[in-house]
Amino acid sequence: MTVSEAVAAFREQCGVEPAVDGGLVTVTVPPERWVDAARVAKERVGCLYFDWLSAVDWKEQGLEVVCRVENLEAPVAVTLRTRLAPGAARCGSLTGLWRGADWMERECFDMFGVVFEGHPDMRRILLPDDWEGHPLRKDYAVDTPHAPYR
Amino acid sequence: MEVKPPVPRIPAPGWGDVKDLQEWEKYHQERTDGDKTSNALASIADAIHHMPGGWIVVTSTEKIFNWARSSSIWPVTFGLACCAIEMMATFASRFDVERFGMVPWASPRHSDLMIVSGTVTIKMAPMLKRIYDQMPDPKWVVSMGSCANSGGPFRHGYHVVKGVDRVVPVDVYVPGCPPTPDSLMFGLLKLQERVAEFQNTGRREPAAREG
Repeated sequence: MTVSEAVAAFREQCGVEPAVDGGLVTVTVPPERWVDAARVAKERVGCLYFDWLSAVDWKEQGLEVVCRVENLEAPVAVTLRTRLAPGAARCGSLTGLWRGADWMERECFDMFGVVFEGHPDMRRILLPDDWEGHPLRKDYAVDTPHAPYR
Repeated sequence: MEVKPPVPRIPAPGWGDVKDLQEWEKYHQERTDGDKTSNALASIADAIHHMPGGWIVVTSTEKIFNWARSSSIWPVTFGLACCAIEMMATFASRFDVERFGMVPWASPRHSDLMIVSGTVTIKMAPMLKRIYDQMPDPKWVVSMGSCANSGGPFRHGYHVVKGVDRVVPVDVYVPGCPPTPDSLMFGLLKLQERVAEFQNTGRREPAAREG
């Protein structure tokens, strides 16, 4: 698997033009094709290693979910990006493809409030269960005092 | 002559009176005076104090008790963050706080001192409070490092308690990020001075700041 083969696979299967930087292929897809693009990355490009998943808060432009997977046998890594609609916080889950996505998606839910549909255990992972709000969102009031210890 | 009603005294809970450890702790927390008023020695000292000339005996016994307390402070081994490394160095042979009679003890039930060494998160604060409650009176707290003093570099984080004195009352604040073992030893010597002047008032100072 080379970078050009990976680009061709994404162009053919997803109908999007990936951006290439060295061995890194960046694929930006709409949220409804998120899981399909991930399946192409795993089954066609051979990215069996799930590196990380996180999100970016672009304020009024909505949340962006970012995921990095790698093919450890070839110098190819894939970054998947999807921009959720403004105000929306629902996205497909990748736990069906990579078991390792479980805790990363739970952390993403914990910090950004993105609900991953199809996730087997969608609850907070780091913060206490009674925590209010999602702290890594830009509109989270960090210095607001809350009872009992802040 | 006006007869005053007797002051009600809450008896100290014995182990046979309570169902389990949680109930004992709850009972213990409700008694704001702690174990001090339930101390048989304290009531004997009180009786002696009111005899003519007895205060000489009482104050000198207080001095002896305080000397014993200040020269055998046992800190509970309780490390939270990178400050704990410096705390361990202080406990270890090069700096050796055992010279001052301090033995790091792995049980809050036998300890007199809690060194809060590091960042206290909101998730950790209830556990810290619980360990503090499990320590027998009289007890002291040293807040070690910027994080425990005020939140430090993480003060504006979403999850950090902005000073451990919002959770437990603090006796000595040691500045530094992290404090060197020398700083912590200086703080512990200051604490010894404070313990030597300890008076059996039966009441703890409340936490310095609220909310």
